[in-house]
Amino acid sequence: MKKEEPETHDFNVGRSRTLAKEDLFAYAEDPVNKSMTKEEKIKCFTDLVRIRKFEQAALQSYQKGKMGGFLHLYIGQEATVVGTVSVMGKDDHIITAYRDHGHALAVGMNMNECMAELYGKFTGCSKGKGGSMHYFAPDKNYWGGHGIVAGQTPLGLGLAYALKYKGLKGCAICYLGDGAINQGVFHESLNLASLWDIPVIYIIENNGYSMGTSQNRSSAFPEEGLAARANSYKIEFDTVHGENLYEVRAKTNVAIQRAYEESRPTVLEIFTYRYYGHSIADANHQRYRTKEEIRHYQENKDPINVWEQILIEEGHLDEAQVKEIDKAAKEEAKASVKFADESPFPPPQEILSDVYHSVDNPGTHTNEGEIFFNDQLPF
Amino acid sequence: MAIITYRQALKDALAEEIERDENVFIMGEEVAQYNGAYKVTEGLWKRFGDKRLVDAPISEAGFIGLGIGASFLGLRPVIEMMFFSFVFVAWDQAVNNASTIRYMSGGKVNCPIVIRGPANGGTNVGATHSHTPENMVANFPGLKVVCPATPADAKGLMKSAIRDNDPVFFMESTLLYGNEGEVPDDEDFLIPLGKADVKREGSDITIITHGGCVLASLKAADALKKAHNIDCEVVDLRSIRPLDKAAILKSVKKTNRVLLVEENKPFCGVGAQLSHMIQREAFDYLDAPIHRISAVDAPAIYSPPLEKIQIPDAALVAREVRNILQIKA
Repeated sequence: MKKEEPETHDFNVGRSRTLAKEDLFAYAEDPVNKSMTKEEKIKCFTDLVRIRKFEQAALQSYQKGKMGGFLHLYIGQEATVVGTVSVMGKDDHIITAYRDHGHALAVGMNMNECMAELYGKFTGCSKGKGGSMHYFAPDKNYWGGHGIVAGQTPLGLGLAYALKYKGLKGCAICYLGDGAINQGVFHESLNLASLWDIPVIYIIENNGYSMGTSQNRSSAFPEEGLAARANSYKIEFDTVHGENLYEVRAKTNVAIQRAYEESRPTVLEIFTYRYYGHSIADANHQRYRTKEEIRHYQENKDPINVWEQILIEEGHLDEAQVKEIDKAAKEEAKASVKFADESPFPPPQEILSDVYHSVDNPGTHTNEGEIFFNDQLPF
Repeated sequence: MAIITYRQALKDALAEEIERDENVFIMGEEVAQYNGAYKVTEGLWKRFGDKRLVDAPISEAGFIGLGIGASFLGLRPVIEMMFFSFVFVAWDQAVNNASTIRYMSGGKVNCPIVIRGPANGGTNVGATHSHTPENMVANFPGLKVVCPATPADAKGLMKSAIRDNDPVFFMESTLLYGNEGEVPDDEDFLIPLGKADVKREGSDITIITHGGCVLASLKAADALKKAHNIDCEVVDLRSIRPLDKAAILKSVKKTNRVLLVEENKPFCGVGAQLSHMIQREAFDYLDAPIHRISAVDAPAIYSPPLEKIQIPDAALVAREVRNILQIKA
């Protein structure tokens, strides 16, 4: 029987093709890539691998019942965030939705604080108060980690607004999923971004499915692509093959330069794919898409394999180094599991801290009176 | 001390804080070139320009969210709701995002935003434009809510709200904008959030109220003094969250009788919380059951004479005080 492309991902012809060698190097000569050092290239590879190993370890811990709630894995999408973050400048900021572990590691958060947060431990990046969907690192220009679909889109706009207000040459990159483009607040944000020349870059990480609903079933005119909606607001847009780090970097850099030079927004739609379900609780993910479709991406479009292939071709990496990087990332992830396991849970009193700045910083506000209203506390 | 309107007091507070801190800006529908739908920002655009007074399109979720994001980086946005009822189209931003960001980041991110505008009925604009959502907002830990009733309180609380590092919902009233009162000129005149004000001293009964109902309660107190020689103590909460529990209990222990008055609807209204708190903490001091007056429990009616009946007024407050004290009209 002739093997056909699965029907569920025919929404964009571009994304289902198999990569040819010339595709790998199509953006290698772009200035932002040409100037890349060997170390920078290997750093990107290492980050791709670290994100995957971290999440594989998290998945194992989840399955052992070590954490509660949701776990939205980024596995398969890694080049999107590693590529975009790798071209950011010092006054550029990022904000994303709930599939946020990759973003955290890409900006330099460490595995220990991220794993401990999943475990709900006091040593977690949010002291165990945020969980998987709510990682933050303002010191690394990372503003979360947001749980409500598209809820972060005006926040990213506000970050960019503040940069412009302060006269800084910077931009805000706001990531969203393909499901988020049908939320009203995203369109309000696009209109404001264009109207007021706000240096924000919306990156649609299009993995084809808003939970179990394919793009064909959720978005009008799927053949036009999602980024094309930016056209309605006279915002520049482009589409990107997310498995190729060179292409991600080149096109993100165009958007960043546009933000710097013209203070204009951009919408980028990055075609990517998640190997796991919407979250680990999404046990049905092989029903709304086929095994063949998943395998197609794993075999042909895996962002780590693609970048590895490029670096090997360029002579920057060999099999032995790949193994070494892989092993180091695995060990780092394993150590983070141990760290999380051994860390304490937050003491019960922590439930009532970090609610109000005025409570946590007495003497800094003109506040009096009661602000919490339990008759008695359980601790 | 100058005698100015509630509207002018707000405007002075906004202007002083814009001058004081370069991070303060005002954004909302018609706030700049139109001079404000209710003229609270009149003249400020001419004085401070486009950067500090920003006319936004009708996109409340978009520009409240923008304000929240901008506040992360240290700006202090003051976002005007033309009517507070419009905040519902931005509920996810105003409530979900603003209230949780500090908590979920383990204290790493702050959200020093003020969302302000009129929240009152009584102007015959129908149910969609007449909400008083202070109880709903106060239900979200992480948010603060104030409802000033006088020009001085409006100014002092607005200045405190803008300087606050937490999100503050500042609920005004279109029916109060034209009222005059004495307001200190001092540029550092701040009224702390969470501090009630005894607007009238009395010994027979405590009326606890906030917002526009403060005026109705004071009017009722005057009438009761005249007609029955009853001395009502009127406690103006000014701030719903934080809440001045000490002032409430002090007055209850003094008068031993309580009437709660609010324009809110009764179910889970502010009075419900107060009533619980008082019975729990001052049970032995009560000589009568706590009574509550709220708006009649239906959507705000349009028909002008009926809307007058729906919202508590001085006559209703006086009637209920007489009921508690068992005095015949």
